Amino acid sequence: MNDTADAARPPAWKTFLGSPGGRALLALVLVLAAGAAFNADGAFFKIGTHRDTLRQASVYGILACGMTLVIISGGIDLAVGSVVALTAVCAATMAIHWNWPAWEVVPASLAIGGACGTIAGFITAAWKVQPFIATLAMMVFARGLAKYASGGMKVSTAVQNADGTYHYVEVPTLFRVIDHRILGGNLSMVTVIFIICVALAWLALSRHRWGRYLYAIGGNEEAARLSGVPVVGAKVCAYAASGLFAAVAGLCQAAQEQQGDPEAGAGYELVAIAMVVIGGTSLMGGRGGIGLTLLGVLTIGYLDKILSINAVPEAGRLVLTGVIIVAAVMTQRRNRT
Amino acid sequence: MPEANSNPPPLVRMSGITKRFGPVTVLRDVQFECRAGEVHVLAGENGAGKSTLIKILAGVHTEFEGRLEINGSRGVAVIHQELSLIGSMSVADNIFLGRAPARAGFVCAARQEQDSRRWTAQLGLDIDVRQPVEKFPAAIQQLIEIAKALSQDARVIVMDEPTSALNAPEVARLFALIQSLKARGCAIIYITHKMEEIERIADRITVLRDGQWIGTAPAAELPAPKLIQWMVGRELGEQFPRRVPHSGGERLRLENFSVFPTGFSARPAVNQISLSARAGEVVGIGGLQGSGASELFLGLFGAYGSRTSGAAQMDGRPCRFASPRQAIGSGVALLTNDRKATGLVLSLSVAANATLAGLPALSPGGWRSPARERAAAEKMTGPMRLRAASLDAEAGTLSGGNQQKVALAKSLQTRPRLLLLDEPTRGIDVGAKREIYQLVDEWTAQGIAILLITSEMPELLTLSDRVIVLHRGRITAELARGQATPEAVLAAAMGQTTEEL
Repeated sequence: MNDTADAARPPAWKTFLGSPGGRALLALVLVLAAGAAFNADGAFFKIGTHRDTLRQASVYGILACGMTLVIISGGIDLAVGSVVALTAVCAATMAIHWNWPAWEVVPASLAIGGACGTIAGFITAAWKVQPFIATLAMMVFARGLAKYASGGMKVSTAVQNADGTYHYVEVPTLFRVIDHRILGGNLSMVTVIFIICVALAWLALSRHRWGRYLYAIGGNEEAARLSGVPVVGAKVCAYAASGLFAAVAGLCQAAQEQQGDPEAGAGYELVAIAMVVIGGTSLMGGRGGIGLTLLGVLTIGYLDKILSINAVPEAGRLVLTGVIIVAAVMTQRRNRT
Repeated sequence: MPEANSNPPPLVRMSGITKRFGPVTVLRDVQFECRAGEVHVLAGENGAGKSTLIKILAGVHTEFEGRLEINGSRGVAVIHQELSLIGSMSVADNIFLGRAPARAGFVCAARQEQDSRRWTAQLGLDIDVRQPVEKFPAAIQQLIEIAKALSQDARVIVMDEPTSALNAPEVARLFALIQSLKARGCAIIYITHKMEEIERIADRITVLRDGQWIGTAPAAELPAPKLIQWMVGRELGEQFPRRVPHSGGERLRLENFSVFPTGFSARPAVNQISLSARAGEVVGIGGLQGSGASELFLGLFGAYGSRTSGAAQMDGRPCRFASPRQAIGSGVALLTNDRKATGLVLSLSVAANATLAGLPALSPGGWRSPARERAAAEKMTGPMRLRAASLDAEAGTLSGGNQQKVALAKSLQTRPRLLLLDEPTRGIDVGAKREIYQLVDEWTAQGIAILLITSEMPELLTLSDRVIVLHRGRITAELARGQATPEAVLAAAMGQTTEEL
């Protein structure tokens, strides 16, 4: 009667495990099970461990939200790590040195990040420069700007006096609010911000016309164009959004470190990409979602935490993470075609 | 029809060739032979099976039924219609790609260049063979492609529309070369859609139609009218519902409309054509490969940006679309000729595809409503009897016919006043075709004007109220329903302009 549904449907659990979401969830469960097994004398069962895991994963996770939008459109954004540094430096300068209030620091930081993303997006979408190259250029450019704006030094609460000595100023309220914990100290503000970012990205991808356009462009750009999709505009917006999310991450980074470090965020873009890909969003574009990315963020976040509470040295942690990324992507790939 | 005299022995003999792609039989019991010193033209409409036969001969398709004998060890050289050169590599490297003269694994560049120069000189090409191929215009590239085939020193040379990018002097030079190859005892298998070329160089002609061998005859015994009759000779059956014309006011008018897909400096794909279509009318656009019909649609639809010239009017108002978005907004819809490459986003669901073009209207303020989209998709796909597991199934999982219906639903979603259908029934089964014909009838009854491109002659003749035939970007005939016979359309499509009508 219908010629597309397969004759004998496989059981529901098989279908679920065959889907990207099922596989990503399985990976997370395996990592959590490993954490329960190697619990470092019960450290894994303490609520503080989970709070710290989420806090540490949040900055990466915020970047992964923007990265998801860009990757679904068939692109990639390598600039986000540098944009984190640039906005962290600028936010620290504005909040600490210039004493700007939060309602000026936050919009100004977002504008800086958004501008970086818009420029990279315009270069790749309108001038047809490969996204890898365009955002690589923006990565170098933004890093340079961060160093220029900070004079190559960390922008901290130790402010230099005219005579060369230092005096310490108070940590700005904005930073203290972002670094704050709520619910009796059991939930970090950065995690709340991360969750808000996930919600915004979900709204865009699943409930807004623009999100559907991104899927269509990533799936088949020419077909999308011939269907009247504003390809250039939608792509520029994706990179701009990625820049905005990077600016949010930069604010969180500055608040947690209570300073703006021009060297911050190096390599963050690769962690964010790994999180998106482990979730099961296709690097080819057109498939994936923010829910998958959330699973990927948790998987990598917990993996890192479990290795560190078991006192695995950083060298081993990096090697293991690399192996697990490949393994995860291999299983994600098998369900395609 | 094949003559008894088979002396000298044929260089190529194919007999009982049958080739299937899955359930589709593209060649059925075809025979073909080619002797030393002859130009053997392989003729047939689009989709007759010529290319498949050549691919079997060249060893591209190795699974087939029947016998293939090639005498002599020097093999078969094929000059492909779509260029097989590597643009970034030099002319010499391309000519000797994969068989460069080498010593101890190192290419002897000097010898390669010298030999390349010899082959290009034979074609009258005076070019620097060290330059990358992409630096040369299409015509030169085509000649390089020919030089590459010649350099293989094969005794059987297949030329698949070798002149499509050449000008008259270049064609003359190619034909002179073909004469000298003949004198040297080579066999040339020549595929062309140009009647004039068949008359000039063919020694024998084999005609295929719908994957079947129709006949082989010396060129002298097969004048143009008879050849065309062999190519189209098919009864127009009852498989099409009879269309009732619903002509209204003039919907579309083009005057001196030209389309430049690759920029204004190149040859236009559509060259100063004028046509009109009325509301409720189906205007068929006939033509063979390279006629420019698809480019006409894409140009009209704004897919080439502003790389068009001339005047276009819709409902009396001038319209020049700089993007498909503008065209859709003004009531034009396009069904592209390749649903997988340019029609659908295969990774998206049926519902998402069906509503993609109409999404702005379905998402006021930008916010989508899945329920509203579902309802719209159901409304569009319902009358089409779409057989999909569900509207949430990925479009890529559907059969060809159902994918085509989704692509049609997407076009119709925007409530077009002008519908451009490019090969609406390509690669779909008979039942689905019939349903699409009925839909065409319904749409014209609603007053939609339809321009239709199809390479299937019966479809063109029965669906169209009028047929306009293009040949290399120009109109060679405009035929009313009664005048449009297969012979007249094919003659015009092969470049014979209508004398008196």
